Amino acid sequence: MNLSMTTGQKTFNVFNQIFLIALSVLCVLPLIHVLAISLSDKTAAAAGDVVLWPVHFTWQSYTYVLSKPEFMRAFWITIERVALGLLINMFLTILLAYPLSKEVRVFKYRTVYAWYFVLTILFSGGLIPTYMIVNQTHLLDTIWALIIPGAVPVFNVILLLNFFRGLPRELEEAAFVDGAKQWTVLWRLFVPLSMPALATIALFTIVGHWNAWFDGLIYMNKLEHYPLQSYLHTVIIKTDLAMQSARDLDSLSQVSERTSKAAQIFMGALPILIIYPFLQRFFVKGIVLGSVKE
Amino acid sequence: MNKNRVSQLPFHLMLLPGVALVLVFSYGPMFGIIMSFQQYVPAKGFTGSEWIGLDNFRYVLDMPDTFTVLWNTMFIAMMKIAAGLVFPILIALLLNEVRKNAVKRTIQTLIYLPHFLSWIILGGILIDVLSPSSGIVNHFLGLFGMKPIFFLGSNHWFPFTIVISDLWKEFGFATIVYLAALTSINPVLYEAAIVDGANRWRQTLHVTLPGMAPIIILLLTLSLGNVLNAGFDQIFNLYSPQVYVSGDIIDTMVYRLGLVDAQFGPAAAVGLFKSVVSFVFISVSYVLAYRFANYRIF
Repeated sequence: MNLSMTTGQKTFNVFNQIFLIALSVLCVLPLIHVLAISLSDKTAAAAGDVVLWPVHFTWQSYTYVLSKPEFMRAFWITIERVALGLLINMFLTILLAYPLSKEVRVFKYRTVYAWYFVLTILFSGGLIPTYMIVNQTHLLDTIWALIIPGAVPVFNVILLLNFFRGLPRELEEAAFVDGAKQWTVLWRLFVPLSMPALATIALFTIVGHWNAWFDGLIYMNKLEHYPLQSYLHTVIIKTDLAMQSARDLDSLSQVSERTSKAAQIFMGALPILIIYPFLQRFFVKGIVLGSVKE
Repeated sequence: MNKNRVSQLPFHLMLLPGVALVLVFSYGPMFGIIMSFQQYVPAKGFTGSEWIGLDNFRYVLDMPDTFTVLWNTMFIAMMKIAAGLVFPILIALLLNEVRKNAVKRTIQTLIYLPHFLSWIILGGILIDVLSPSSGIVNHFLGLFGMKPIFFLGSNHWFPFTIVISDLWKEFGFATIVYLAALTSINPVLYEAAIVDGANRWRQTLHVTLPGMAPIIILLLTLSLGNVLNAGFDQIFNLYSPQVYVSGDIIDTMVYRLGLVDAQFGPAAAVGLFKSVVSFVFISVSYVLAYRFANYRIF
């Protein structure tokens, strides 16, 4: 096909590639800039000398952040949250997707249940009533406030039930002929066969729990109960905006904190950056599977 | 399956935990909406609080900021919907022209990444990068002799900063679906077009774009449901009192009214308004998507 490439097409291709590469570099450049700041000397960072490469390389800001008990405590709360949340979310997703993937002639009330869950996507009580419920169920200031209210991920259930439907019917029927029960078919047949879909959902769940911050902010009254991202909200976002609006933009305290803030930002992103390569292999398929169903 | 009727009991049992949790944490709050019609006092609860009809709604309508907030919400949301629709299509088309697979994959890996970082992380980065005194962006503008711009502190710049930074985070991820649509176009169509003497541009115009049309229509329709979603996570992390005039949206208003000022009734009333309008928009968009793109959620 390249035989008939005109000069016009060739120039287009060159410019197209340059443009796209520039655009994609632009997506990660700010992250690299912040990484460079975090690894730089305080004074160099404050003077604005750091661009994409650390100036006077030092681990200082990282040793400082890692020795901060509040940071480490928040970090562990998030790890606990991810572990518990993943377990519960996945268990419920599997358990719900199976009956809902059946046809009405197999499971009579399927449609009723399906609407029961879908309605929660369409309509919600809003922030204040939800907060009240979490308060009334005595979940405030416990880790369960971060896990239980979002324990039923309806979108993931829909994704998985669509995947279940694509599995060959014959396998299932053969299992029933051999005397298997629904429970056995689900865990011994459907789950092992759905590993690609389950992996996609699991990775999105991990990212979701890792990145969640708002629930921590409102459901936890004490700073020592905050998960990492909520903690970062208080130390990075809130203080900085307050500082900037206070007009003393070059206040000394802000300057000396710049490298440690950068280090905390980077630490907060690190687990995502680590799992991202694994995530990437799965999610393209998963997204297409879930969102474009024709 | 036809020998004897399948027992329904295991299905009900499997659904039970999910049904119970959704009942408490999704339907429970729907019940809590009644506080928007009450002078809600937490100590008295729903049963003890006084009923005041639509007073909370009237109170909110009388607040001077309400219409600004509504306008901000729709303005930012519409700009996001438009940008978030056009730009990813463009990038998908351009990316589709890249023949070298390694280059293509590298670009994709890089542009997907910001989607997976939280607005805390990206907010922290943006605040640093856009800072008028020490940020790299203003440093750069300074090289061209421009005065520093306070992107997050000026009511003129704030909404655009919000829209562009949101685009920066999400455009890559949004291209996935369009790229998938592109790969599903039958190659025979391109061959036929080439035989007819169509160049790349003509092929794009007459084969690629029509091939993508159903997906574009589908995503456009579904985006209708977001007219009142200007992006709480992002704005909450980037705004400050000085940009309330241009950046305060319904969700941030509910947060401040309810959880900061403890005005539960009015906050719940605003929340109810948003839920109802969103419900209508989402339902309409789902119906339209079903009609015109034959899309169903399950």
